[in-house]
Amino acid sequence: MISKTINLTLKVWRQNREEKKGRLENYHAKDISVDMSFLEMIDVVNEDLTKNRKEPIAFDHDCREGICGMCGAVINGRVHGHEKETTLCQLHMRHFSDGDTIVIEPWRSRAFPLIKDLVVDRSALDRIIAAGGYISVNTGGAPDANGLPIAREVAETAFNAAACIGCGACVAACPNASAMLFVSAKVSHLALLPQGRPEAAKRVQAMVRLMDECGFGNCSNETECEAECPKGISILNIAWLNREFLKAEFS
Amino acid sequence: MKADTKLDAKIPAGPLEEKWDRYRFDLKLVNPANKKKFEIIVVGTGLAGASAAATLAELGYHVKNFCIQDSPRRAHSIAAQGGINAAKNYANDGDSVWRLFYDTIKGGDFRAREANVYRLAQISNHIIDHCVAQGIPFARDYGGFLDNRSFGGAQVSRTFYAKGQTGQQLLIGAYSALMRQVSNGMVKLFPRREMMDLVIVDGKARGIVVRNLITGEMETYDAHAVVLATGGYGNVFNLSTNAMASNVTAAFRAYKKGAYFANPCFTQIHPTCIPVHGTFQSKLTLMSESLRNDGRVWVPKKPGDKRLPGDIPESERDYFLENKYPSFGNLVPRDVASRNAKEQCDKGKGVGETGLAVYLDFEDAIKQVGENVIAGKYGNLFEMYKKITGENPYRAPMMIFPAVHYTMGGLWVDYNLMSTIPGLFVLGEANFSDHGANRLGASALMQGLADGYFVIPYTIGGYLAQTSFSNVNPSISSEFKQSVKQIHEKVEKLLSVNGKRTVSEFHRELGLILWEHCGMSRNEEGLSKSLSMVNNLRHEYWENVYVPGTGKDFNQSLENAGRVADFLEFGELMINDALARKESCGCHFNTAFQTEENEAKRDDENFCHVAAWEYTGDAQKPNSHKESLSFENVELSQRSYK
Ligand code: SF4
Ligand code: FES
Repeated sequence: MISKTINLTLKVWRQNREEKKGRLENYHAKDISVDMSFLEMIDVVNEDLTKNRKEPIAFDHDCREGICGMCGAVINGRVHGHEKETTLCQLHMRHFSDGDTIVIEPWRSRAFPLIKDLVVDRSALDRIIAAGGYISVNTGGAPDANGLPIAREVAETAFNAAACIGCGACVAACPNASAMLFVSAKVSHLALLPQGRPEAAKRVQAMVRLMDECGFGNCSNETECEAECPKGISILNIAWLNREFLKAEFS
Repeated sequence: MKADTKLDAKIPAGPLEEKWDRYRFDLKLVNPANKKKFEIIVVGTGLAGASAAATLAELGYHVKNFCIQDSPRRAHSIAAQGGINAAKNYANDGDSVWRLFYDTIKGGDFRAREANVYRLAQISNHIIDHCVAQGIPFARDYGGFLDNRSFGGAQVSRTFYAKGQTGQQLLIGAYSALMRQVSNGMVKLFPRREMMDLVIVDGKARGIVVRNLITGEMETYDAHAVVLATGGYGNVFNLSTNAMASNVTAAFRAYKKGAYFANPCFTQIHPTCIPVHGTFQSKLTLMSESLRNDGRVWVPKKPGDKRLPGDIPESERDYFLENKYPSFGNLVPRDVASRNAKEQCDKGKGVGETGLAVYLDFEDAIKQVGENVIAGKYGNLFEMYKKITGENPYRAPMMIFPAVHYTMGGLWVDYNLMSTIPGLFVLGEANFSDHGANRLGASALMQGLADGYFVIPYTIGGYLAQTSFSNVNPSISSEFKQSVKQIHEKVEKLLSVNGKRTVSEFHRELGLILWEHCGMSRNEEGLSKSLSMVNNLRHEYWENVYVPGTGKDFNQSLENAGRVADFLEFGELMINDALARKESCGCHFNTAFQTEENEAKRDDENFCHVAAWEYTGDAQKPNSHKESLSFENVELSQRSYK
């Protein structure tokens, strides 16, 4: 690793829950090693702010390896930054150049109220799962795991849908703030598997209804969600959801 | 050894194979109509916490479930890559409950309880059945049946997996079961809450105090029993593979309320992680150790050799694992591989800019089987490495370095998973129970889910059915009030120190001390020295830390400051435990106790026990208790990898 450092200007959205209006504030990120992740760069800025007796920038994060779905912000207008299939924590500073100005904003959606700075409330996504994103099986009494073979391709397609990390980037990327990609990923994951079939109709109706109630917008096939999804969730899932939904409504 | 009255493991009598079945029959049951009268607090929503909360709610108990993140689905179990073991023997290669039990006991270097481990192996099969029924998309073969692989040196194929994201898929399964109970109204969910204290009334765990991380408000909750599933304490080292928010606070505050802490010095170090790039590194990333199946580990023979790897001729490379352990080579166990890598770096032979790395080279493997085959096996890992380091491992060797990964120590629990505080149960990585002095690969997920889905639902019933409870009202109870008052004082104190150093600076310093002296190899002198270093650092912390902001707000600096304050105290406990264990076993390698082959040398005569520590007051030496381990079904053996 050849270490190189760069200097950046940041424009960061600062806002507290109680405040009606937020604002972009300017900060300097100095001597940033290009091997750092984007969040480590913010750590450095925060360390600096703290030392200068200023309040650090609030942002959500946890695993820092692209799997928990907790991180996320809009970087120069791009959700999770400009690298393909990358969460913000896995975006590295080698993709930026010395002297760059970077605008960092929270995800905006009516369904994601702002908590502080870059932190938003995504609990609507949990409520959608609670509405039906499961297979109703109690612990105990399940038959032998190999009792029901599932074709390998089916299992893999289900896995690809199940790989959604619930980050909400699809919502943030969508001009309508629709949560269709997220919902469809769960609907497909479970509807594809034989274990999930019995509840498939009820599930898709309940989840779609709750999505509407939470204030997410409608899907008008903009495909921005797929382009920005860090886990490569395919919009084919949305087509499957629509099919499942129509089937459910007309039966 | 004097029997310790509080440390009764309550292991049921009878033959090993029948203990759990018989015990479940003997356990008192809670009448179905009465279950709804009981409330249970579960702290944590990882595999252990979410599975426990969901299952207890299915049974009819009212559950309050807390987590530190914005959603229960983000708990750190999600990051586990490799897989989950079970003794299904689908591969027909000679696996059995007995073999999984034996491998786990041996892997733990004979420092775990036979009865607990046997139960774990028995339950392992039910876990897979349940997870498949939940819709977890495990890998399958062309016939549509579940695929297994051998993992971490196991001689049988017993690991079930879902690409490199097994933890994520299992957690989503437990999370969906949990959310189903949330919608049924049986679980009330409290995200963005951090447990600050355990509240004890009449000698029993009856509630918790949490900080609402959005408003900063202290909130109190009561219940008939409290279940902690709050994970491990690897972040005491500052850098580890743990998620950023993983911490010891909940467990440590329970310790301060009287729960004994067992084997805190048992921490597992994983050999194949991406090396540190600089001071501001925030966490370390693990790469599956399956890489060692094809990669060759080496360093330059000459210390300080700064040439690029490709410029170092074969004759000037030291393939130190292959040379030292000819029969196992690069596949020696985790701790042996880690220790040897650090040893090379300590000699100045480390590579990369920091000198804290060794090469893991795929050149020969690519020459032998072709780039396609290697890409087929490790494509994802190579991509991940490239993403993080910006280097292409198909062209130049990877650089790896060991990192703290898992903690086998934890709160002491009996066979019921109950701590020394009645009504306080501890599950998953937060307890000490099943992995002894070292954990086998793909066993953490198994234990978390076994505890949550299949053990606690029974044992907690036994406790509730047999205990009489007084009424507790958190808004008037003096115990709750007292606890809230103390936490407020502590928070105010942290905010008012107003010193010159940041919380992260202290955390980094603590981590370096522990890594150096209480890490993968230890000695008496270093440990004693580090004890006073940590002590000094803790004193300085309370005089010189600066925590910005207020307590009445979303304040991540304050959250961190509380956790690091606990880590500073906990670090001393770890060191004391390491000092007291005058032997080497599993991951605890004291250089004074090694075989001629540099293997950990146990002292079964004097240390075949669980060390459990009792809090006696701030800055006081903890009391030492011992639960002696007896092995009736396996013979204690010494491992050798030469
Ligand atoms: S579909 Fe993609 S963008 Fe949307 S929540 Fe899931 S992982 Fe995030
Ligand atoms: S912090 Fe977990 S996905 Fe980024």
